[in-house]
Amino acid sequence: MPTAGADATRLTRSEKTEPLLVVEDLKTYFQTPNGLVKAVDGVTLSVERGKTLGVVGESGSGKTVLSRSIMRLNTAGNVITHGSVTYNGEDLLAKSPRQMRDIWGVEMAMVFQDPMTSLNPVVKVGRQMTEHIRHHLGVSKKDARDTAVELLRSVRIPEPEARFDNYPHEMSGGMRQRVCIAIALACGPKMLFADEPTTALDVTVQHQILNLLGQQQVDRFMTMIMVTHDLGVVAGRTDEIAVMYAGKVVEKAPTKQLFADMRHPYTEALLRSIPKIDDPKHTKLSAISGRPPDLINPPSGCAFSPRCPYAQPQCFTDTPPLGAAPTPGHQYACWFPVGSPEGKDAWDKNLEAKRPQTMAAAGLVNATEELAAGAVVGG
Amino acid sequence: MAGSGKAHLRPSDETLLRVEDLTVEFPVGGGDVVHAVSGISFDIKRGETLGLVGESGCGKSTTGRAILQLPRPTSGSVYLDDQNLASLKDEEMRQKRTDLQMIFQDPVSSLNPRRAVGEIVAEPLEVWGPKDKGQQWDKVSVMLDAVGIDPDVARFKHPHEFSGGQCQRISIARALVMEPELIICDEPVSALDVSVQAQILNMLEELKAKYGLTLVFIAHDLAVVKNISDRVAVMYLGKMCEVSESDELYSNPAHPYTQLLLTSIPLPDPLVAIDRELQVDEGLPSPINPPSGCRFRTRCPYADDICSRVEPQMRRVTDDHFVACHHPLIDVDEVEVTLNT
Repeated sequence: MPTAGADATRLTRSEKTEPLLVVEDLKTYFQTPNGLVKAVDGVTLSVERGKTLGVVGESGSGKTVLSRSIMRLNTAGNVITHGSVTYNGEDLLAKSPRQMRDIWGVEMAMVFQDPMTSLNPVVKVGRQMTEHIRHHLGVSKKDARDTAVELLRSVRIPEPEARFDNYPHEMSGGMRQRVCIAIALACGPKMLFADEPTTALDVTVQHQILNLLGQQQVDRFMTMIMVTHDLGVVAGRTDEIAVMYAGKVVEKAPTKQLFADMRHPYTEALLRSIPKIDDPKHTKLSAISGRPPDLINPPSGCAFSPRCPYAQPQCFTDTPPLGAAPTPGHQYACWFPVGSPEGKDAWDKNLEAKRPQTMAAAGLVNATEELAAGAVVGG
Repeated sequence: MAGSGKAHLRPSDETLLRVEDLTVEFPVGGGDVVHAVSGISFDIKRGETLGLVGESGCGKSTTGRAILQLPRPTSGSVYLDDQNLASLKDEEMRQKRTDLQMIFQDPVSSLNPRRAVGEIVAEPLEVWGPKDKGQQWDKVSVMLDAVGIDPDVARFKHPHEFSGGQCQRISIARALVMEPELIICDEPVSALDVSVQAQILNMLEELKAKYGLTLVFIAHDLAVVKNISDRVAVMYLGKMCEVSESDELYSNPAHPYTQLLLTSIPLPDPLVAIDRELQVDEGLPSPINPPSGCRFRTRCPYADDICSRVEPQMRRVTDDHFVACHHPLIDVDEVEVTLNT
């Protein structure tokens, strides 16, 4: 089958040790009538071959724009991109759109969030699959069809020969998402971006699709970036997690390390605000005060400071750098990290000063979206 | 599973809402009929929150709307207190609807973009309440305040000036202003970010305590449903599989479908092993030709001959836990069923 992906045994030694993707100080800004939207504001990360990186954040955190920027899919005229994206030793930002066409599909591919709209409704799914198989691999119509049917089978579409001639509306949401995955896998990409691949699907289908993605990744030795708002989706299925807030990575760590020893107050708050299936009913949730930040006028200092239960005066003026934690691979951007003596002092001080954000996090008052004026207190 | 029966209904003098044999069918042309809801029964006590869960297409939203008689169910009865809503004339139903309110999934599109928030929340009063604008505003401002929106700031603003979470708070205020007996919440937090979702869930719990609300909470997120519900009903393809007190349902699921749902939840804990063997299955069968007998049998690992012939009836597991299944998990092996094994 011409769609076989990269194979671990065929890599040279330097290829095995070098990360496949290195992103350095990537910035993506959008010019809008209301001002400059700093959607991605200085992200640095790398992904090693065969590994899965989870990118987690709420809406407006820049997680989707980040993955689209890496793949050069932000093509509108109002986009400003700075920084560098090195894929397999090549600078992607220096490539022309024409050169990118040889990379899309063959080197990197993306599975989008909404399987209802990412397929063309008036074209049979078979043709949507063979179109780029023929373009990239230069095979005959018949071979392309055989490949596509094989791919449909590999993503467990029943009766793939018959489904090949279906229109998208004749399929369920889960089936359409599997077609989207098959299209992404068709030319054997080495790197797969999955942008909220299961958010639009039912929980049972979500589980199946995530299993399918995991299997395909192992079978094809793919590198994967999984973008999601759901910490549950990434917890058991990634090697490393980057938590984004207001266009920046605020914490990055190997998955188990992150959950066992999270340092950034936002990561902690995000995890604590999710209802847990093991908690008894009517457990009061630890909500985060305020709402995701305005990316045109982000708060000065640390962007999370207006909502943060640990915030101190320094946090409102100085932006914390993404610094290394004692554990290898763990980085966070915070002056008063969770679990440190400084963090504990900051929390105690804020609690004493009755900072509403701290009181809400401690469950003493209710979190609201409006942050009261003058709530910016601290030690 | 996925059966009928009324073993789980409680004495009618204890309940606010009692739904019996509710059936909703939609003709789709060619003589075909979508069996959206097929003969389900349930009840809700005053002050209770009933969670309705299931995959898309299971009929949970249709059930919520059928309680409001929107549209009127094909058959079955919906008793609010002692009155059967299904037998009311249109004008009587219109008057009765003030006791029933609904909160929708998409907070932004459920508010009229051309009207100010003060008008939106006052609109039910415009029809039913005091006609005096001053009296209306008194009520409206109390409600906006109760949902955490500053009434004076919001009064002349329009929905687009608010975030999704705030719009949902405004929708809740609009539902509360009629002082309804029952509120149907159809996926009220699904469109919100997790940090805002927690704020809304906490607020609903407080409003419930403060105003003695009775809620039907429809959602697909099982953790959210557990958090807010006293009792949970699991639906599958227009039938009810299992009804139970929430904690009991989640710790001892008796229906294979409930267990499938529970094992599918992605847990935010990397140390919990994931069942990576779960493969893609056929998914939900067509509601036009639902399977005979138990509707879940086509996906059920325990299904056998009887499941295709006989529709299972609701049976008692404990005093507040009922299941409609021929091979309930608790009876089958007598061991406690654990999640995520």
